[in-house]
Amino acid sequence: MTETDMADKTGKIELTEEELIHRASQVDETSLEDLDTEPMYVNVGPTHPATHGAFRVFCKLDGERIERAAVEIGYLHRGFEKIVEIKHYTQVIPYTDRLNYCSGLSNNVGYCKAVERMLGVAITPRTEIIRVIICEIQRIMDHMICVGANLVDIGALTNFWYFFNAREKMNNLLEALTGARLTYSYVRIGGLAWDLPEGYEERIKATMKEIPKAIKDVTGLVKRNRIFIDRTKDIGVIGPEEAVNYGFTGPCLRASGVQHDLRKKRPYYHYDEFGFDVPVGENGDTYDRIMVRVEEMWQSLRIVEQALKMLPGGPINIDDKNIMLPPKDDVHNSMEALINHFKLVIEGIKPPPGEIYDASETPNGELGFYIISDGGSHPYRIKCRPPCFYTMNTLKRLIEGHMVADIVAVLGGLNVIAGELDR
Amino acid sequence: MSKNEREQLRPIVDDIKGRLPGAILNEEDSFGDLVLVADRKQSHDVMKQLRAQGFDLLADIAGVDLLKVEHTERFLVVYNLYSIPRDLRVRVKVYVPEDDMNVPSVTDIWQSANWAEREAYDMFGFHFEGHPNLVRILTHRQFEGHALRKDYPVMKGQWASGVSDLMPDMERE
Amino acid sequence: MTAHETGVITTRVDEVIRWGRKNSLWPLPFGTACCAIEFMGVVSSVFDVSRFGAELVRFSPRQSDMMIVAGTINYKMGPVLRRIYEQMADPKWVISMGACASSGGFYDNYATIQGIDQIIPVDVFIPGCPPRPEAILDAVLKLQAKIDRTPTK
Repeated sequence: MTETDMADKTGKIELTEEELIHRASQVDETSLEDLDTEPMYVNVGPTHPATHGAFRVFCKLDGERIERAAVEIGYLHRGFEKIVEIKHYTQVIPYTDRLNYCSGLSNNVGYCKAVERMLGVAITPRTEIIRVIICEIQRIMDHMICVGANLVDIGALTNFWYFFNAREKMNNLLEALTGARLTYSYVRIGGLAWDLPEGYEERIKATMKEIPKAIKDVTGLVKRNRIFIDRTKDIGVIGPEEAVNYGFTGPCLRASGVQHDLRKKRPYYHYDEFGFDVPVGENGDTYDRIMVRVEEMWQSLRIVEQALKMLPGGPINIDDKNIMLPPKDDVHNSMEALINHFKLVIEGIKPPPGEIYDASETPNGELGFYIISDGGSHPYRIKCRPPCFYTMNTLKRLIEGHMVADIVAVLGGLNVIAGELDR
Repeated sequence: MSKNEREQLRPIVDDIKGRLPGAILNEEDSFGDLVLVADRKQSHDVMKQLRAQGFDLLADIAGVDLLKVEHTERFLVVYNLYSIPRDLRVRVKVYVPEDDMNVPSVTDIWQSANWAEREAYDMFGFHFEGHPNLVRILTHRQFEGHALRKDYPVMKGQWASGVSDLMPDMERE
Repeated sequence: MTAHETGVITTRVDEVIRWGRKNSLWPLPFGTACCAIEFMGVVSSVFDVSRFGAELVRFSPRQSDMMIVAGTINYKMGPVLRRIYEQMADPKWVISMGACASSGGFYDNYATIQGIDQIIPVDVFIPGCPPRPEAILDAVLKLQAKIDRTPTK
């Protein structure tokens, strides 16, 4: 139908949307051929506005599109693996806190789990459930920081405040228990530092009641938002086989469609007795990674509720003189306890010689500890397997072909925590 | 590790021993995990066989310096593998002498080995043959020595005078 | 300063300039590690730092006048920190937040600079690992007091 026909019928020219787009895309081809473009080299980082720690991406740009990229990390390398070789096993616990500092207790639990397996001890039922509760609370907090920071980088600032408010409430909860705000160091080898205070279970229940509102607020703002979907759908896509080949674990792997969760596959601490689902994505793009994390927050709330019902009474520390410090009353009154305390503080725990690799499902993925012991008080070698080291490995492959503005969107979805990446 | 896991791993190990005689030097048990000690020159073939048997996730590559304990060869490269479809874990150790630190790279089998091997090179000095871009990853490019070796002093810091040039990296990886 | 330079008008102008500078400190959060998360908590609505004028967090050195170094600085990051400090325009102040930035923290090893005052001048040190948000607010107040008693050039 030509323009004149349409004008005859209605008296004014009306074009359909397709025709409008077709018109707009008609450019003069010859003028573009003469356009001499040179590639531009741009450095993103090591200090940059995205809120994700220090790393550097060196890009070769053709206009706005990234042709090639090179990623450099190591700007927070603190020598964790060297300095733990001169510390005792218990003194390593604060260092593990600072690995994934958004969920410090999960790292503590992962490390203590590995050492307890080496020592061959089984912790008490009450400690197992308390560790599950604090790990799941930390999972919610970690996902809040990750999704909040990701949304801020895309431009949705309000969600950051909603999530941080909710996170402050949970932080107050954990501060009442452990005494610290970010780097808790509450877990000990063989148990916990101290028991839950009185009335704490009610406090957990009350705080957990306030979390769903924050998650609902944020989901309502972004889930069907045109801009959010445009900026995250089909950005940074990775398929299931490739994701496994690159070493992905955790929410990023589940977003690519692989059903793999260590809590279900190799359950520890009664995880097989809780009823919870593991959300799995379809496309493996940034949208899926964000949505998988939001869904995991709901599942963690379910686990905390069930765990509180299951919480047994009883002691929290195992009854082993070579591992646990004796109670302070005995130390002040009895000679054997005093000598025991002295030996444990000066010499520390001595696991039998050998090596072990133990992994736990932290909010970011599979955090593994490969520990070699020579029978002495200092670990001979501790190698930490950080989940985001392997997801960061793929950043180069994920952003090539996209635009510069997509770097921050992809990076936020991968949840790169520099403390864990560089150790 | 449960008995079921051990039974499932047995035919895999026997199959590899049959295909590559002399490649697996020893089998160890460490707190319930199965550890295979592989010969350095044939480690790439062993890895390829393990990948074909379903070990699709290379969880970790660790380097170890055995200077302070009894040893015949000073260094050790440890590969931690996991099979997602079959839910099995296995560990492969490769001993590396100090005077010949060449180890075949496994980046063509698992892409996750790319950065893991760079870190092992940075911390210990292994030379992974066939790696596309073997440069330092965690310490700065002007760092001399290898930080996690037992004879590197803990407190010895080295100043850097600028950020490194990433142009060759971009073309290589 | 000679007698006629310390007249009434110039001291009043001086006071006004100092009042303006201290109440509108725009921070540049040079955050690398865990302290950066605590700093994000300070900027959030529970421990509001914008009550003290430091609301606009500017990630560009040209647009900020207070650099908060939050996190461990290692030898690889040292040249970057120095260059960012030099790119900031005068007047500029530096707050070293946390144990790692002030003295290397408990990472006394080959990788960590034992205190950023080895490479840039620091005005306020905040101890803590990580410092409480109230401590950071206290540091901003102390910096404001320091600006108040330093004559402008």
